[in-house]
Amino acid sequence: MDVTETTLPGVGLRYEFDLAQGDRLGVVARRGGDFEVVLYSENDPDRARPVFRLIEEEAEALAQILGAPRIAERYADLTREVPGLSAGQVDVAPKSPYAERPLGDTKARTRTGASIVAIVRDEQVLASPGPEEVLRAGDVLVVIGTDDGIAGVQDIVAQG
Amino acid sequence: MEISAALLLELGVIFTVLTVLGTAARRFALSPIPLYLVAGLALGEGGLAPIPAANEFVEAGATIGVVLLLLTLGLEFSISEFAGSLRRHLPSAWVDVALNATPGAIAGWLLGLNGVGILALAGVTYISSSGVIARLLDDLDRLGNRESPAVLSVLVLEDFAMAAYLPLLAVLAAGGSLLNALLGVAIAMTALTAAFVTSYRWGHHLGRLLAHPDDEQLMLRILGLTLTVAALAEFIHASAAVGAFLVGLTLTGETADRARQVLTPLRDLFAAVFFVAIGLSVAPSSLVPMLPAALVLALVTTATKIWTGQFAARRDGVARRGQWRAGTALVARGEFSLVIIGLVGVSSAAIGAVATPYVFILAVLGPVLARFADRS
Repeated sequence: MDVTETTLPGVGLRYEFDLAQGDRLGVVARRGGDFEVVLYSENDPDRARPVFRLIEEEAEALAQILGAPRIAERYADLTREVPGLSAGQVDVAPKSPYAERPLGDTKARTRTGASIVAIVRDEQVLASPGPEEVLRAGDVLVVIGTDDGIAGVQDIVAQG
Repeated sequence: MEISAALLLELGVIFTVLTVLGTAARRFALSPIPLYLVAGLALGEGGLAPIPAANEFVEAGATIGVVLLLLTLGLEFSISEFAGSLRRHLPSAWVDVALNATPGAIAGWLLGLNGVGILALAGVTYISSSGVIARLLDDLDRLGNRESPAVLSVLVLEDFAMAAYLPLLAVLAAGGSLLNALLGVAIAMTALTAAFVTSYRWGHHLGRLLAHPDDEQLMLRILGLTLTVAALAEFIHASAAVGAFLVGLTLTGETADRARQVLTPLRDLFAAVFFVAIGLSVAPSSLVPMLPAALVLALVTTATKIWTGQFAARRDGVARRGQWRAGTALVARGEFSLVIIGLVGVSSAAIGAVATPYVFILAVLGPVLARFADRS
């Protein structure tokens, strides 16, 4: 997909791309951390119609909603090239025995052969987490392995 | 410590009047700057209410106001944005100078001003108000528009041109020879280059040196540095304003972001004092004979700014309506035209009489025109 990036001197950056349904979408990223989302109408493609404004936290929340599934998808693209390998997401429930315990305690790799390649926590993604990384309730683990392996990690995180 | 009740009362009344005027201006989505000028005109000798006790404070505050205006301008500035604007819009910048400085220079010559006066008036008609216009684009939801990068690029290049222009004017206004003036410009340009290199290579070090988690500490450090550099610049006749701009340039990244937050209220306060001081320095009686000249000059340079904006927007492939929007957006003149008036105010009184009403007219007309362009 073609995303056009334009500098707005003194203000920030603007990104634009065409939507499949026909309109053109623009996002103004301001230096202060706020965002404006605009649409370009067809009769005057130079004039932006404001859609909504987001303050920094709202933008982060939206990015998380849109972004988290995409991370697993990206790994899915990667694993498609190796037969038998797949990627999955495992939620750390508040009741999980491993919430507030280091990732290494799960011994997930030794027990299932599947690897935890990333932890999605709030708005950030911890890539290649080490065994000392403490898991928290609400974390989403991105797991790569065989289907059985991923199911195994799911069981371990849920029941120990 | 003796507390002067008269000083407090006069300042209190001034600020109250300013807030009433500012609220009124904002209600109609106009810039409050012209109203601050009128407030200044109404005060002082020959006006409605003399302010003997606050005079000294207003004068000192005006100096700080100029320094803070330029410091925050420098903080907004980023090298990559400047380079990008230069690459894309250098021809627009030339068109801008040729179309908008020339009417000012001709008017200055026709009015019989001296060389400094002509140069100053050319600057007054050239420089658009980046403060007023940036706010205008935001208020009118135009940041997403295709013509906005062209408008903002023209503003960035204008602001940068000020860094060479102000020291030239400062030295000439102080009675220096042309050679002295060029020396002043050379010093300023060297310092500017040094500031660019510093900010590019060691900006984060300087930032770390000044950074402090406490807002109060950060503000004191930046003000201390800025005022010292501004004083040094003034001492070598390169203009305090340019010194402050340089400090703003060298600060980058997180320190610059926080500095902007901490300094903005302070800048708003002292800039308002500066606008009042400009109004104060002009005798109302001297304005009347200059009004027709100011009006004609305003109309001519409205047209030339519109052409400039249309030219710049056309370069970005914007269609007719967008070109018109870009043109009208650039019309507003404001704080920097006033900085120029303040700089030469002492050596050439006539320029204040013509340039103050000129800025007043365009600071009102610019936003109105821009709004009107949106409707059509």
